[in-house]
Amino acid sequence: MQNITVEVNNLKKSYDKVEAVKGVSFSVSKGELFGLIGPDGAGKTSIFRILTTLMFPSEGSARLLGLDVVNDFKEIRNNIGYMPQRFSLYQDLSVEENLTFFATIFGTTIRENYNLIKDIYVQIEPFKNRLAGKLSGGMKQKLALSCALIHSPNILILDEPTTGVDAVSRKEFWEMLIRLKEKGITILVSTPYMDEANMCDRVALIQNGEIMSIDTPDKIIGNFGSKLWAVKSRNIYQLIKDLRSLDFIETVFPFGEYLHVTSKTGSIDIEKLQSILIEKNHTDIHIQEIRANIEDCFMALMK
Amino acid sequence: MNRFIGFVKKEFHHIFRDYRTMLILFGMPIAQILIFGYVVANEIKDVNIGILDKSKDNVTQEITNKITSSGFFILSDNINSDNEIEEAFKKGVVRQVIVFEPNFAQKLKREGVVNVQIIADASDANTANMVSNYTKAIINNYVQTNLNSRGLPYKIIPEVRMLYNEELKGVYMFVPGTMALILMLVSAMMTSISIAREKEMGTMEILLVSPLKPLPIVVGKVIPYMALSFINAILIIALSYFVFGMPINGSLIFLLLETLLFIFMALSLGILISTVSNSQMEAMFISMFALLLPTMLLSGFIFPIENMPVVLQWLCNLMPAKYFIIIIKNIMIKGSSVLIVWKETLVIAGMTVFFLAMSVKKFKVRLE
Repeated sequence: MQNITVEVNNLKKSYDKVEAVKGVSFSVSKGELFGLIGPDGAGKTSIFRILTTLMFPSEGSARLLGLDVVNDFKEIRNNIGYMPQRFSLYQDLSVEENLTFFATIFGTTIRENYNLIKDIYVQIEPFKNRLAGKLSGGMKQKLALSCALIHSPNILILDEPTTGVDAVSRKEFWEMLIRLKEKGITILVSTPYMDEANMCDRVALIQNGEIMSIDTPDKIIGNFGSKLWAVKSRNIYQLIKDLRSLDFIETVFPFGEYLHVTSKTGSIDIEKLQSILIEKNHTDIHIQEIRANIEDCFMALMK
Repeated sequence: MNRFIGFVKKEFHHIFRDYRTMLILFGMPIAQILIFGYVVANEIKDVNIGILDKSKDNVTQEITNKITSSGFFILSDNINSDNEIEEAFKKGVVRQVIVFEPNFAQKLKREGVVNVQIIADASDANTANMVSNYTKAIINNYVQTNLNSRGLPYKIIPEVRMLYNEELKGVYMFVPGTMALILMLVSAMMTSISIAREKEMGTMEILLVSPLKPLPIVVGKVIPYMALSFINAILIIALSYFVFGMPINGSLIFLLLETLLFIFMALSLGILISTVSNSQMEAMFISMFALLLPTMLLSGFIFPIENMPVVLQWLCNLMPAKYFIIIIKNIMIKGSSVLIVWKETLVIAGMTVFFLAMSVKKFKVRLE
């Protein structure tokens, strides 16, 4: 049990009549990078706000480091680093002033915990006299992460840290998280981007306030069950309609330029499908069997 | 303690970097005091008058000279007949016409009583009233000094004297009021906005997750504005003293201490407002409507409280500015000490404690 850092038990949260979180349970071990993956409005922020003691749960309980989020909120606040979904630093303070401020209110100094933030901070240090509001999106996130880390928290809770950040910065950001994890910090991160799930040790797929599945990304993909094919042609819209009209096709979901297709029988005769599509006047047809990704699993679980 | 100092430092950064805040903090008080001083002032200076002298003897000449040399009036029109009086008023230049009856000096010598007719343009009732009072006072003065002193038995009409404000100076009325208004508005509005801004920008979320307790956050917000408002108060006092000649008859230190107390009260009120508002807009509107109008109308600043209906008078008792204005007037004009205004001081102190306790209690340590 010593190893469990975060424990959430049948957590529920309602706002007036809307039930945002409908009985969620999960636990996170020490030093784990745990992802909460789900679309907007799935209840990720509500869960995080309860864990960071910013809101009361309507029902159920949650413990961080063995401390209850309702009764021991003061101790918890000393031990967690939190990065809200919106950029929440002082835009009219410079990079350095923000960092100094957050170090001071946690009763520490930048120098004391510099080694922890060093990797991240060196990237924004050249701009340390720039106002935080004038930084680019990726830089803002790095600064916010530095500020959340400055007091050397045991648990880091990041609410959609990569939303609105460019692809390169996103990748860098995840690499930083992995390095922090290696330093023994337990990290909870939420994201609406399914492709980021693979960076986590374990993920919880969440939809409409309920967790659909909790496992390692590999196992979730392994549990996908059926085979998957990627299909494309020139007229993708017509292709969706035509594929859905075929009786042996189970699901069709668009994924970029491809359609991901499952079959009711578990197999598809690629040549036969090709000839059917040619008959329906499709051109540039391309069909291949592929391995499922997290998003496929998510779509399948949503049914 | 370091945490607290860090917080206060951050607060100063916010204020000094935002030129709009600076403008409201320092531009508004100066602008207001100058506007009230020069535009709204209801004192009398260089009023144009006309004189119809039907006698043209040495006495009427002396009185005319006395009136025109008083500094309050400018003789802009010598009127020759009764018919011209109305014409003079209609031109709109002349605010008052003084008519001396024929054979003025003779009649005065023979009968001991003569008539001077003062006709004032009462379309502006206040000015008319004041102008005629001034004229009466000057004529009475003439009667007293030039005739009675020579032992001549002429009737003396009771002198109209405005206690504490013999010259009916506007500054005496508006400086205390403006000071209360500005301090109230600046202190309460600025703190409530600055706390609401933290909520709006989402930084409150991080502050709450930090180990900072409500009291240091609240006090940390108050201190910078307290310092700046105090500078403001000194600015207003200096401006009214040097530019408008407002006296400071009481102790300056006592005056500043009372001002500090009032500022602290306004800041506590601002914090209370911010605990109930979630955005800067909301905080501003509440401050404006809950503070600006009542402070102007119900504090005795513009309308005398004694003339209000009883219900409104009760309401006035809830206005902190009312007590502050009483205190300031007492100290600055009458030179009163603590012994006179301790009751009002106690009321403001009590309000401060109440607002502060309420806001610490209402300050939410969570988002809900």
